Amino acid sequence: MSKKITVGPVGYMPQSAPSMGVELSPEGKALLYGNIVDEKEAMRDAAKALLTMDNPTIFPGPQVLWDWRDDVADKSAAILELASEIPNCKIIPMPDYRPKYPKIDVKAEINPNHPNLTILDNKIKACVFIGVHCHYANLTLRMIRAGTSCYTVAMCAMMGHEEAMASLRDVHADNILAFRDVVIEVRNELGIEHTPTMPPENPSLPKEDWGSLTPADYGEYRSLIMSRKGEHVAEVE
Amino acid sequence: MSLNKKLVDMDYLLNEAPREKHFITGAQAMSEAVKRASVDMAIAYPITPQSEVMHLVGDIYAQGHIKEYYRAEEELGTMSAIAGAARAGVRLFTATSGPGLLRGLEAIVSWPGHRVPCVLGVLTRVINAPLSIQPDNIEMAYLMHSGIIMLHAENQQDTFDMTLAAFAITEKVDVYIPVSVSTEGFFVTHAKGYVEMMSEELAFTENDPYHAPVPAMDNEVPPARIQRDAPVQKSNFMSYLIHSVWQQEIWDSNRRAMKYIYQYLGGPIEVQNPGSDVMLVASGCAAAQAREANRYAQEEGLSVGFVKVRSIRPWPKDEIRAALKGSKAIIVPEHNIIGWLCKEVQASIPNSGDVIEGPRVYGGMTLPVELIMTEIYDALGMKSETLQA
Repeated sequence: MSKKITVGPVGYMPQSAPSMGVELSPEGKALLYGNIVDEKEAMRDAAKALLTMDNPTIFPGPQVLWDWRDDVADKSAAILELASEIPNCKIIPMPDYRPKYPKIDVKAEINPNHPNLTILDNKIKACVFIGVHCHYANLTLRMIRAGTSCYTVAMCAMMGHEEAMASLRDVHADNILAFRDVVIEVRNELGIEHTPTMPPENPSLPKEDWGSLTPADYGEYRSLIMSRKGEHVAEVE
Repeated sequence: MSLNKKLVDMDYLLNEAPREKHFITGAQAMSEAVKRASVDMAIAYPITPQSEVMHLVGDIYAQGHIKEYYRAEEELGTMSAIAGAARAGVRLFTATSGPGLLRGLEAIVSWPGHRVPCVLGVLTRVINAPLSIQPDNIEMAYLMHSGIIMLHAENQQDTFDMTLAAFAITEKVDVYIPVSVSTEGFFVTHAKGYVEMMSEELAFTENDPYHAPVPAMDNEVPPARIQRDAPVQKSNFMSYLIHSVWQQEIWDSNRRAMKYIYQYLGGPIEVQNPGSDVMLVASGCAAAQAREANRYAQEEGLSVGFVKVRSIRPWPKDEIRAALKGSKAIIVPEHNIIGWLCKEVQASIPNSGDVIEGPRVYGGMTLPVELIMTEIYDALGMKSETLQA
């Protein structure tokens, strides 16, 4: 297979994958290095990358971080199961798309405006994006391909992403669990011994004490939550 | 007001639903398409010289086919309101023309980057001084580098079909940028033609703002504050590279729309007699005149072919190149002085020197078929017998 889309860094000004002739895969198919392939083939290549490259990381986006739709909880639980089957896997969220002031905490999160900071600082060589809105996923994947040597996997609930080395489309909880099974299969073939282990806690986040939460603990998201009786939330963005 | 329409997908609506023939103006055709598109909101500054489109859309709002109609103060306000309403996740329609389009242009060219799905009717008219309200499609040149998808309707039927298709294309998750449907003011908007339309009891499936590549801003449902914040306005805190890849993404989205133009409209071009010695390439109502010139040429046994360009953006470079392969002369009739279509054709083929720049009419002038025939005769080395007196 000739690889149209390769692991970077491809250079200062990346050419976009669609402008290089890469087209999104039809339903039931996947993209691997810009070529339309069977889902299983893309899953196996992605699994091998996550199992053999340094610091594999899953980047969950807003669509799986917020329990805003019926299927989100199942999907998020499946992501944790997938992470537990990948040795040394971390989870670093992309909770929103706004630039970070004054500086991003690269151990705590990734941001589409400067994704390379998180990739490079954590020396991530293989990663999975899931639950990121397509527009921001495309931007992020292209910037990672431009400036890092990280293998990218896109697990998209919609049509997939041309920019990723491996792109799976129409991904829901069942598909994530199917990918987990492929990871186990490839892991066994590679002779990698592993006991399912949940990823480590995000080191930059303080321990949460759910019993004493106040609106102030939600910081910039406080306007999302209901105010307490009698409380007047005057300061919002 | 709910009219209890039967909601169907665009494939059925455009390609399968039974149709009846009506004799209506281009402005009515655009309005009738809007009537069947489950539009949530129309926004406009419906000044009279544009066309009757937004007045007629006002009528169908009053009849309950549209949920909201906001009459803005002027075009910049109109187009800005479109961007704002898109953030609330509603299906939108507006229309303008000429000077109004240019007044709204600052907002319009920001729509693709802000991932605003909407349909923009452009009923072309003169923009340059001396002031005129006559047809001339030079304003389309100003949209060509904005990232917007641009369809160009030849006649009333095209206006109807393209406007309907535009609502489906603009909301595709791999597209999600605005679609403009242009047609010539007066020649199409004010003239009647036959339009085959499906029942108005049918309408396009309603918009799902959550099936989108960007978050819909919904302050009640998370992720609410993960909205389309504008990092481009905060460049101290972002990589300049994101602006570059963002711009790429708009043009990639434009490129991805091509498959839907095939799906709903049969492709970006229509070709008759490809590879003939002389090829006519035209869009909009110039295509109607070129089509007629081609018919004359066939009656005279001349080696002439015809390409109608439906999609200006995405530009069908490969299709144009294939259709014109082997031709010795390419004639591009247009309704503007600068020849924006001619320049696109020249840039698409290896033998650009074979492109004849014209005939062009502008400022409200009509485009007689004889003017095109003269160019055909000249290209074939024949003595022209028309318009010589």
